[in-house]
Amino acid sequence: MPANTLKDHKAEQRIVGTRVWLALFFMIVLVFVLIARLFYLQVLRYDEMSTQSEENRVLLQTIPPVRGLIYDTHGKLLAMNRSSRSLTIVRELAGDLDQLIEDISTLVPVTDNERRRFDQRVRRRRPFEPIPLKFNLNDEQIATIAVNQFRLPGVEIDADLVRYYPENSIFSHSVGYVGRINDRELRTLDPALYSGTYVTGKIGLEKYYESVLLGKPGYQEVETNARGRVLRVLNQVPSEPGKDLELYLDTELQKVAIEALEGRRGAIVAMDPKTGGVLAMVSNPSFDPNLFVTGIDYETFDGLNKNIERPLYNRATLGEYPPASTIKPVVGLALLANDVVDKDTRIFDQGWFQLPGSDHRFRNWNRRGDGWVNLHQSIVRSNDTFFYKQAGELGIDRMHDFLSQFGLGRRTGIDIGEERPGLLPSREWKRGVYGQPWYPGETVIAIIGQGYNLATPLQLAEFTTILANRGRHVQPRLVKEEMPDIQSPDWGHDVDVSDEDWDLIIDSMEDVIKSPRGTAHWRIGRDLKYRIAGKTGTAQVVSIPQGEEYDAEQLKEYQRDHSLFVAFAPVEDPQIAISVIVENNSGAANVAKSVMDHYLLPRLNPSLTHGLSVDEALKAKVTN
Amino acid sequence: MAEQDFVRQLNDDHGFAQTRDWSEKLHIDFLLVGLLMILCCAGLLILYSASGKDMDVVIRQALYMLVGFVGMVVIAQFSPRMLMRFAPWMYAGGVVLLLAVLLIGIQSKGAQRWIQLPFIRFQPSEIIKLIMPIVVATYLSNRPLPPSIKDIVISLIIIGVPVGLIAKQPDLGTSLLIGSSGAFVLLLAGLRKRLIFSAIMLAIPAVFVFWQFLMRDYQKQRVLTFLNPESDPWGAGWNIIQSKIAIGSGGLYGKGWLQGTQSHLDFLPESHTDFIIAVLAEEMGLVGCLMLLVIYALIIGRGLFITLKSQTLFGRLLAGSITLTFFVYIFVNIGMVSGLLPVVGVPLPLVSRGGTSLATLMAGFGILMSVHTHKTFHHRMR
Repeated sequence: MPANTLKDHKAEQRIVGTRVWLALFFMIVLVFVLIARLFYLQVLRYDEMSTQSEENRVLLQTIPPVRGLIYDTHGKLLAMNRSSRSLTIVRELAGDLDQLIEDISTLVPVTDNERRRFDQRVRRRRPFEPIPLKFNLNDEQIATIAVNQFRLPGVEIDADLVRYYPENSIFSHSVGYVGRINDRELRTLDPALYSGTYVTGKIGLEKYYESVLLGKPGYQEVETNARGRVLRVLNQVPSEPGKDLELYLDTELQKVAIEALEGRRGAIVAMDPKTGGVLAMVSNPSFDPNLFVTGIDYETFDGLNKNIERPLYNRATLGEYPPASTIKPVVGLALLANDVVDKDTRIFDQGWFQLPGSDHRFRNWNRRGDGWVNLHQSIVRSNDTFFYKQAGELGIDRMHDFLSQFGLGRRTGIDIGEERPGLLPSREWKRGVYGQPWYPGETVIAIIGQGYNLATPLQLAEFTTILANRGRHVQPRLVKEEMPDIQSPDWGHDVDVSDEDWDLIIDSMEDVIKSPRGTAHWRIGRDLKYRIAGKTGTAQVVSIPQGEEYDAEQLKEYQRDHSLFVAFAPVEDPQIAISVIVENNSGAANVAKSVMDHYLLPRLNPSLTHGLSVDEALKAKVTN
Repeated sequence: MAEQDFVRQLNDDHGFAQTRDWSEKLHIDFLLVGLLMILCCAGLLILYSASGKDMDVVIRQALYMLVGFVGMVVIAQFSPRMLMRFAPWMYAGGVVLLLAVLLIGIQSKGAQRWIQLPFIRFQPSEIIKLIMPIVVATYLSNRPLPPSIKDIVISLIIIGVPVGLIAKQPDLGTSLLIGSSGAFVLLLAGLRKRLIFSAIMLAIPAVFVFWQFLMRDYQKQRVLTFLNPESDPWGAGWNIIQSKIAIGSGGLYGKGWLQGTQSHLDFLPESHTDFIIAVLAEEMGLVGCLMLLVIYALIIGRGLFITLKSQTLFGRLLAGSITLTFFVYIFVNIGMVSGLLPVVGVPLPLVSRGGTSLATLMAGFGILMSVHTHKTFHHRMR
């Protein structure tokens, strides 16, 4: 210890003392800097900061509306909403999104499709909105994510409602399905209405009634923490659920109709002639609409799309087939109404017809000929020659005008978007499309429903309904209630034909089944429990070259004729009108009979249904 | 003359003789203890809110405080003389521990700061916080004042070795604090003003060179983010933006205790540790902050009083350095939370959650009390 240390004790104290006072001065200055800073933040910028604080914690969230349910005529659910868990990501909290999704994919599979759809949605999100990456997680996946959630920032498991079709493939073509909103829809859909909603109706009723089913989103102000987790709801405007739809469709009848087709390709449309309500609408084969709801993968879709049996295609409204002989009752009415024939007009059928000055033979399906036939017999026997002979006098113009009153050649206006108009050829149509005049031979083919003629099974059912109603037009529809947002293009007007003419035609149609000479008699005409009026048809898929024999065995299956049948029953008080087409096969009449039996038997014998279900009643009836 | 002063002093203090005796016998400064208790209670209230009403956290912190108070009283029993005597040994031990950290320490959050012993994991840099002012004060109090260039250089070496070792961990915040606690001793010892000015003049171009040639891009980015936190609102700027919002939205009177949304809704990060002042600012407003500053000011004032009243040079240098370091803690913490300074991990003394910083601070106040209450010995010496 140096000696001079103690000597200068006072001076040293002075030095330290001065420095302490100096330090105190600096400290006071610095404290005032701090106070100034706090004053600046808490007083001068108070408004701005408290607004930001409020914005921090209050988030406006949309409450997606619950999509309207779809019921069949008995209140059975055809489209419902099922709770499902999805994996969502909040972009703001996720950090490196690519890395995060890669991490997720090591836990649960993430397909390219899911990734692509996620990227689409990320582009139109609001801040802190959770964006779904995967839907319909199973319990194992939920557990895997939950365990690893701590290292997956921004990842959450959300509960939401997902459309579910409990009847699977039974109503795919009529009810349709919803699917994820795609890029094109994104541009046209109202973002306000679709906030929080990831799906929209794609086909069928789901698309047609989209505006009704969707409902209106509500919103809520929620208090959130920094991780976007909702802690408290401050204010809420509830969403308006979409309206439920009640259909005329009858699940049991639909199933009976599908069974009756026995796995053959074809379509069935059954209508209630009084209301126009569609009781059954079948397009077989079908597909499971549930595949589409949360996004179908490419392989599955490609498989369905390229399937030669075309399960995605709604044959009932999009399938355009030659109506063939099924339009003979309508043509017969046209002949009567235009005074081309009367009930006594007879011709002799030798099996074929030739136009004057031509050696082309238009053949009757019965190549030996039916001999002397009038209009009644021509419908019962489905005689072609009788009609061939009237073609020239009726003419294409009058035929077109009359038949179009029955809905041929134009859309019925059913409440499904996907509908084709079919084709009812006319002079104008041919000039427009081919730039050629109409040839008389073409009228000869057209009058038996071949040639250019095309009709959908729905159109066949529609004109059968008009026949059943003796001219009264009804609009085919699936939904019972009139919906304010949906405009029904109600074009129809009643057909004015005399009572005797109606009697003649309907009587002829009844004999198609009842008379032993009727074309449907041996299939369905024996042991009838009620009166049926119907008409068979056979649609050529390929035209048979002149002079060659028709041999179904030698033709490939897809070139075989289609079997058609239209009918309504009971004749005295029609309750069901039906059209059936079986592609490249036979038996349309049997299919129609099964459906009508199922529908009518319990109704016509109410005592039988007492205390029994429809199925039991039907069984009881059959065994009786 | 001196004798007369001594007598008069005794007479003057007659009314307080009893308390004075008690406080000197127990080596406790009741005023300081009272202020610290008020601060601790306030700290517990803020912590209760900041932790989201987590009673466990509060109770654990209260236990730390209790242990801290006991530790403080125990340390106050050691006379400054003993501290001086053991200073070189403590310093050597501290440096060895710091070397041990770099060699066998435990890594956590990208830094190697801890040593694992069978029952406890501890941070040697915390011990150095206490040792540094003692060592420098011991060295300088044995030299004539103002210190010579040689003494300054030796002091700077004494300061530089542990500071460098801690900076290497890396723990820049702590090394700066420890460095400044040593530097305060130098400053109090009467470093010439010319030297201080030339150091500052040298620092300005040094910073420029540092920025231009030595700093890595990510380090520059960090500084730029501090200057303009809005440039990276979801990343590094998030903390500072959120804490500024918390403070600002508190306004004059605050949102009320337990009513702060920023902290309770997790917008504010580290709300119970380094950023706890933002919780106070949000819930109690400017008024609450000023009240806290008043308590701190009283503690610092008492520390400066002890410094000035200390009759040994060692006592003055040590007490002054501890008090100034305490102030630096407060200033750096509030400065960084309010966006004046870059974010370095400095807790708010006695309020932030955590036992280590509490223990170190309490030990510091123990030394302060020891300096204050062991002066009868010096009276006799004189």
